[in-house]
Amino acid sequence: MPGFGLTFGFTLTWLGLIVLIPLATILLKAAGMGWHEFVAVGLSHRALAAYRLSFGTAAAAGLVNAVFGLLVAWVLVRYSFPGKRVVSALVDLPFALPTAVAGIALTALYAPNGWIGQFLEPLGIKVAFTPIGIIVALIFVGLPFVVRSVEPVLADLGRDVEEAAATLGASRLQTFNRVIMPAIGPALLTGFALAFARGVGEYGSVIFISGNMPGRTEIAPLLIVTQLEQYAYNGATAIAVVMMLVSFAILLLINAIQAASRRRMGI
Amino acid sequence: MSRETTLRATSEGHLSQALLIGGALAFLGFFLALPLIAVFGEALKAGIGTFATAIQTPDALASIRLTLFIAAISVPLNMVFGIAASWAITKFEFSGKALLITLIDLPFSISPVVSGLIFVLLFGANGVLGPWLAAHDVKIIFAVPGIVLATLFITFPFVARELIPLIMEQGKSEEEAALSLGANGWQTFWYVTLPNIRWGLLYGVLLCNARAMGEFGAVSVVSGHIRGETNTMPLHVEILYNEYDFVGAFAVASLLALLALVTLVAKSVLEWRFELNSGASH
Repeated sequence: MPGFGLTFGFTLTWLGLIVLIPLATILLKAAGMGWHEFVAVGLSHRALAAYRLSFGTAAAAGLVNAVFGLLVAWVLVRYSFPGKRVVSALVDLPFALPTAVAGIALTALYAPNGWIGQFLEPLGIKVAFTPIGIIVALIFVGLPFVVRSVEPVLADLGRDVEEAAATLGASRLQTFNRVIMPAIGPALLTGFALAFARGVGEYGSVIFISGNMPGRTEIAPLLIVTQLEQYAYNGATAIAVVMMLVSFAILLLINAIQAASRRRMGI
Repeated sequence: MSRETTLRATSEGHLSQALLIGGALAFLGFFLALPLIAVFGEALKAGIGTFATAIQTPDALASIRLTLFIAAISVPLNMVFGIAASWAITKFEFSGKALLITLIDLPFSISPVVSGLIFVLLFGANGVLGPWLAAHDVKIIFAVPGIVLATLFITFPFVARELIPLIMEQGKSEEEAALSLGANGWQTFWYVTLPNIRWGLLYGVLLCNARAMGEFGAVSVVSGHIRGETNTMPLHVEILYNEYDFVGAFAVASLLALLALVTLVAKSVLEWRFELNSGASH
C-alpha cells in the first residue's frame, strides 16, 4: 500500500503545528512560573470557588443527563412512535447549535421575565443568574453525549438474555437492574464522562445565563477570560493548568472504574 | 414460547411505554425544542421588517462574511488532514497508533477558552513569539489569522474521527485489488477509496463546518472583538446582546440556528440513506 510516508508525515506535521506546539506553550509557561505565583492565583479563594462551581455543576448536569439520556436512548431504541426520526435528529441539536445561541435562548426562557421564568418567579424559584441556570445550560450541552454513547450498545443488546431472565421468573424491573444495566453501564459511564468533561470547560452557553458574580456564579473558564482581559497571562495560565489537571485526574479515575467493571463482566 | 409471550416477557406494557415515551419527549421538549423555538420567536418578535433590517446592518454583514471566510479556510484544511490521518492510521501498522489517535482527539477534551489562551500565549504581544512577530509587523492575535488558528484547533478531530472507524470497517482489499491491477496510489485513492468514504466524509465535513461557524469561546479569546474586522457571527450576537439590542442579537442568532437546522437535516438524510454508524460523535 503506497502513501505511508506522505500521509503519516503530513499527519504528524499538522498535529504538531496546530495542536501539540500550542499546547506545549501553556505547560512551558506554567513551568516557568514560580510556585508561589502559581498558587497565589491558581489556588486563590476566587479560583477555588470557580473550580467548585464548574466541576459541581458539570457533575450535577452529567447525572441528570445520565438518567434522562438513558431514558431517551431507551425510548429511541425500543419503542416506535410517530415523529421518532425528527426526535432522533433533535437529540443532536446541541452539537450543531452554536453555544452562544443556546446561551441567549436559555436566558430568554429562564430570566425572571422570560417564557418559563415568569411562571417560576412567583413560586420563588430562580433559575437564570444562579447555579441552577448553569446546570440547565450544561444539561443542554451534554445530553447528546449520553444518548449517542448508550444508543448503539442498547441496540446491540440481544433480546435472548432478557428472554432467559424472564423464563427464570425475573420481573421486568429485575431484568433491567440485573441484566440490562450491567451491560450498558460502561457506555453510560462513558457518556457521563464526555458530558462532564464538556461541561467543565463550557463557556458560551453558560456566561449569558449565569450572571457571572465572582465567588457565586463565576465559572472557571470565565475567570480565565477575566484574567486575560487584565493582561494577567500568568494567572490565566495557572487557572487553566489546574483545570486541565483536575479534569485529567477525574477522567483517569472514570477510565479505571470502567476497566474494573469490564473485567468483572468478563468482557 | 410464542411470539406474543416473548414480547410480553421482554417488553413493557402499553401504559408504561406511553409513560416512558411521554417522559422522554417532555424532557427533550423542555431542554432542546423550546430553546430553539425561543431563538426564532425572539428574533421575529418585532416583526419581519425589523428582523430584515437587523441582519443587514454593516456590522452584521461584516460578521457573516468573516464567519464564511473562516469556515472556508479551516474546513478544507482539516478535511485534507482528516483524510491523510485516517489513511495513515487505517492502512498501515505502526507502533504508537493508539497514542496518535488520542492526540488527535485532544482538542475535544480542552476547554474552548483554554484553546484560545494557548494561541495568545504563543503569538500574543507578551507571548513566546510576540516580539519577533511585532518586529516583522505580523499580527496574529486580535486579527483574522488568530481566529483561523483557534478554529483549526477546535475543529481538528472532526473529519478524522468520522473517517477512521469507517475506513477501518471497509478494510483494504479493494485498494489492494486496484494496486495489483496496476493503478498507482493516487488513482487508487481517487477511484476506489474516495467513492467508498464520500458520505462519511461529507458527514464529518458538515459537523466540522457547524462547529467552525459557531465556535465562541476560543474565538472570543483571540479575536479582540473589533467590529467590522474581527467579529464573527457568534461574537456579534454577544455584543448586540450585551448592548441590550435583543432583537438584533436574536436575529443574527436565528441565522446560526438556521445553519444548525440545515446541518441536522442533512446529517439525518445521510444517516437514513446510508445507515452510517457514528457512535458518540461531537
